[in-house]
Amino acid sequence: MRYLPKSPSERQEMLAAIGVQSVEELFESIPEKFRLRSPLPLPGPFSEAEIVQYFQARAGENGRGFTSFLGAGVYPHLRSVVTDALVQRGEFLTSYTPYQAEFAQGTLTAIFEFQTLMAQLTGQEVANASMYDGSTALTEAALMAERLTGRNRVLVARTTHPEYRQVLATYAHNLGLAIEELQYTEPGQIDRAALTPEKLADAAAVIVQTPNFFGVLEEIPALAAAAHDAGALLVAAITEPVSLGIVRPPAEADIVAMEGQAFGVSPSYGGPYVGVIATREKFVRQMPGRLAGQTTDAAGRRGFVLTLATREQHIRREKATSNICTNEALYALVATIHLCLMGKEGLREVALQNLAKARFAQTELEKIPGVRRVFSGPTFNEFTLEFPRSVKMINSALLREKIIGPFALGTHYPELTKRALICVTETMPRSEIERFAAALKKIVDSTGKEP
Amino acid sequence: MSSKVVETETVATSIKKVRSHPNQNEGLIFEKSAPGKRGMETPPLDVPAVDPSAALGPEFTRDSIEGFPEVSEIEVIRHFTRLSTWNYAIDLGMYPLGSCTMKYNPRVNEFVARLDGLASEHPQQPAEVSQGCLRILWDLQNCLLAITGMDAATLQPAAGAQGELAGLLMIRAYLASKANPRKKVLIPDSAHGTNPASVVIAGYEVQNIRSNSRGQIDTDHLREFVTEDVAALMLTNPSTLGVFEERIAEIAEILHEKGALLYMDGANMNALAGVTRPGDFGVDVMHLNLHKTFSTPHGGGGPGSGPVVVKKILEPFLPVPMVVKKENGQLALDQNRPQSIGRVRAYCGNFGVLLRALAYTLAYGPGIRQATEDAVVNANYIRKNLEDYFDLPYNLPSMHEVVFSDARQKKHGVNTMDIAKRLIDYGFHPYTTAFPLIVPGAMMIEPTESESKEECDLFIDAMRSIAAEAEEDPGLVKTAPHSTRVGRLDEVAAARKPILRWKP
Repeated sequence: MRYLPKSPSERQEMLAAIGVQSVEELFESIPEKFRLRSPLPLPGPFSEAEIVQYFQARAGENGRGFTSFLGAGVYPHLRSVVTDALVQRGEFLTSYTPYQAEFAQGTLTAIFEFQTLMAQLTGQEVANASMYDGSTALTEAALMAERLTGRNRVLVARTTHPEYRQVLATYAHNLGLAIEELQYTEPGQIDRAALTPEKLADAAAVIVQTPNFFGVLEEIPALAAAAHDAGALLVAAITEPVSLGIVRPPAEADIVAMEGQAFGVSPSYGGPYVGVIATREKFVRQMPGRLAGQTTDAAGRRGFVLTLATREQHIRREKATSNICTNEALYALVATIHLCLMGKEGLREVALQNLAKARFAQTELEKIPGVRRVFSGPTFNEFTLEFPRSVKMINSALLREKIIGPFALGTHYPELTKRALICVTETMPRSEIERFAAALKKIVDSTGKEP
Repeated sequence: MSSKVVETETVATSIKKVRSHPNQNEGLIFEKSAPGKRGMETPPLDVPAVDPSAALGPEFTRDSIEGFPEVSEIEVIRHFTRLSTWNYAIDLGMYPLGSCTMKYNPRVNEFVARLDGLASEHPQQPAEVSQGCLRILWDLQNCLLAITGMDAATLQPAAGAQGELAGLLMIRAYLASKANPRKKVLIPDSAHGTNPASVVIAGYEVQNIRSNSRGQIDTDHLREFVTEDVAALMLTNPSTLGVFEERIAEIAEILHEKGALLYMDGANMNALAGVTRPGDFGVDVMHLNLHKTFSTPHGGGGPGSGPVVVKKILEPFLPVPMVVKKENGQLALDQNRPQSIGRVRAYCGNFGVLLRALAYTLAYGPGIRQATEDAVVNANYIRKNLEDYFDLPYNLPSMHEVVFSDARQKKHGVNTMDIAKRLIDYGFHPYTTAFPLIVPGAMMIEPTESESKEECDLFIDAMRSIAAEAEEDPGLVKTAPHSTRVGRLDEVAAARKPILRWKP
C-alpha cells in the first residue's frame, strides 16, 4: 500500500526486535472473541486514479454548470489561486495545533494576524483564533454573555439565520438558558418597540444578525443602547462579512459572532468554514477558543504563543469556558491570506461590486409583473422578493434552465410563503442576472394568474 | 548520533543586523503595508455603480478600515512562505504527538476536495443537484459503520469535542424518553479534557473515577459508582496510556445492568480499525476524529470532523438533517425527525473533511487493518528500543502509543518538557508532554503507521542521545531548543499582559 513505508522484511525485522513471532501477538490484549477474523466489507483498495475517478463522478452528479442565486449564510466570492497554493504548503497543511510554540511560529504568527484582521473588520478590540463556524460562534457568544452577566435568558431576533438559532436551541436546552424570539417589522428589521424594559429585564443578551437573514442591515447603535440600558449585552452575528468592506462595523456590540466563509473559503456543501468571536478586551477571559498572544524569548526576540489557556478544556476540564479543542485554523489561514491579498482597497471594491450587482438584479427582477420587493430596510448583496407563485414551483422550473433559484423563506418562516431571498455577489456576470430575469418572467407569464 | 542533529554552536545569536537566513527577519504583514498596494484585482464592474452612502444611508456605511494591510501579491507569497518555514510538519518528518495521530495526509485528498462540482456546491441547493455530495456522505457513513460495527451515524459534528457533545445529548434524550435523563456521567482520570467539558454542556455532572494500578477501569470500583443516577461512562479505548481495556465487556455489562450507556471516545481508533469493532464489545455511542484516524490534515489546529456512530436504540435521537435513501433510490436530507436532539452545527458538517476521510478509506479498503498493524508495530518497536533509557510507569501491552515518564531524567533536573524541546534540535516534533494526567512527567509517543523503520530508528537515536545528554550536560537540554527561530518563549508574560493583536 502506497501510504505505508515498510517492506515485508522490515516488518519482520521490527517484529523480531520487539520479540514477537507475529503481529497478532501485539493485539492479544483485545479479548479473542472481539478480534475480527475476516476483512471488513469496505470498498477499495483504490489507486490514486480510481479515487480521482470516483470523486469526479460524484462532482458530475451535482450542480456543476448551474448558476446559483443562493446565499442565506454561504456566499460565492472571488478567490485567488495564491491562497490555495499557500495553504497547501505542507508546513501549514500538515502541522498540528501550535502548542510547541518554538516549532510552530508560522502558524502562530498567522493566527495573530488573523485575530488582528478580524478585530479591525468588526470594530472590536480582540478576536479569537477561530470557532467551528458561524452557527457555533453565535451559540458560544450567547453562552459567553450568560457567563458575563450571570443572567440566563437571551433574546434572539427571528431575523437571525434559522439554522444558527436551531444550533443555539440544541446547546441551550440542557443548560437552563431560556431563549425568547424577537419579531421583525416591515423594514425587515428587529422590532425595536418590542425591546421594552420589561422584556429586557434579566436578559443576558440581545442577539441580532446584520445583514440579517432577509439581507437587511440592522441598526446596531440603537440596539446596543437599548440592551445596555437594561444591563444586557448586544451580540451581533455576521454571516456575510464582505459587507464590512463598506458597512459600518458593529462596534457598539459587546460580542461579534461571525462566519468567515466569504473570505476565500469555498462553499464546499457546508464546510469546513471558519467561525470568529470578537469582543471587548475586558471580556477576554470569558472568551471560548484559542488565542495567540505576543511575547518574547530570553534573547528579547518577538514570538507568539497560545495564551490564556486557563480558560480552556485541556487545563480547566469541566470548568472550561467551552469544550472546543480543534478549531478551524487552516481556514483562518485561508481568510488571512485572502484578506491580505484583497487589502484595504480590494475589500472595499468587492463590497461595492456586491452592492451594485445586487441592486441591478433587484431592479431587473422587480420589472417582472407580480414580483415585488418585500422589505424596505437597507440591503447589501441579498434582498427579499415576493413572487406571484410558490417559490418551490418557480425553483423547479428554473432548475430546468440550469439556474438554482433563490432561497425559499417559507421553509423557515410560515408567514413568508412566496417570498424568496436572492443573493448576487461580484462573481455573477450581468448576462446571468439578465438570463435569470428572463427565465423568471417566462415562468411567471406562462403560469398566469393561477393560484 | 543521529544525522538530524543540529550543530548548536553555529546559531548566530550575536549578529545584530543580519541573521542566518532572510526568513528569520520576516515581520508581520501589517508592517509591510503601504497605501495604494494590493494583491488582488477584480474584473471591471459590468453594471451601474452604486454610491453606498446614498444606497444604504450614511449611518450604515464606513470609511476605510484602519490599519488594514495593503501589500502586493509577491509580498503575500513571500510573507506566508517565510512563515511556513518556521513550522514543523508531517511532510518534514515524524510527529509523534501521542493521542493526536499525526499520520500522512494523502495529497490526492486535497486534489479531490477542490474539484469543481464538489468545492463549489452550496449547502442549501436542492437534492436534485446534490446527489453527488449526498452520495459521498452516504458512502462515508456506511464505511464508518462497517469499521465501528455500529448501526447509525451522524456526520454533522465539526470536531471530536462536538461529537462528544452530540453523543451525550443523544444519551440524555434517550434516557429522558425513558422518563429519567439521570444526573451524572462517569469519566476516568486519564480522559481528555474535552470529555468533562462536554459533559457539562450536556447538562450533566462530572463524576471522576480513579484508574487502578494498571491504569485501567477498576470494575469493582465502577460497580459502586454506577447507580440509577448515572447516565453513562465516557471511556477512551485504548486508554490514553495506549492500553486496551481488557474488561471492556464487563464494563459495558455493569453499565447496561443499571440502564446506563457506554460512550467510547474514539480518539484512539487508529489502534483498532480493521482489528476489532467497538459495536461488538458493548459500546452504545462513540465519536471518531476524522483528523486523526482518517488522515484529514490538522492544518495547524483544524478543521476537524467528529462523526458520531450509535446503536439502534439511539438512532431516533441523531441530529437533523440525516442523509436518507428514498424509495426511488435518490438520496435526500431528512429534516423531519421528531425525537432528534436538533442541530449541533449549520448544514451537514465539515463536508470537505468528510470527503477527504472517504478518499482515505477508499484508498485502503479492507486493507485498513495493515495501517493499524503498522501503527502498533511502530509504537512497540519504539517502546522496546527506549525502555532501557526511560521509565515506563505502566508496564502493560502497548497498542498504537507508548507512555514513558521523565522519572529517570528528573534526577538530573531534566523534565519531560525539556526533553520534548530538545527533540526539536534533532529534527523531530516533540511527543505529547504532561498527558495523561495520571502519569507525572508523561512522555506520550504515537508514531502512527506513516513512519518507516528508518524514521523510527532516527527517533530512537535522538531519544537515546537526549537521555545521555540529560546525564552529561543537563543544561543543554534544559535550554533547548537551540535551532529554532526563537528560543523558549515567555508564556507567563504573554498571559499576564495579553497582546492579542497588532496595533500601529
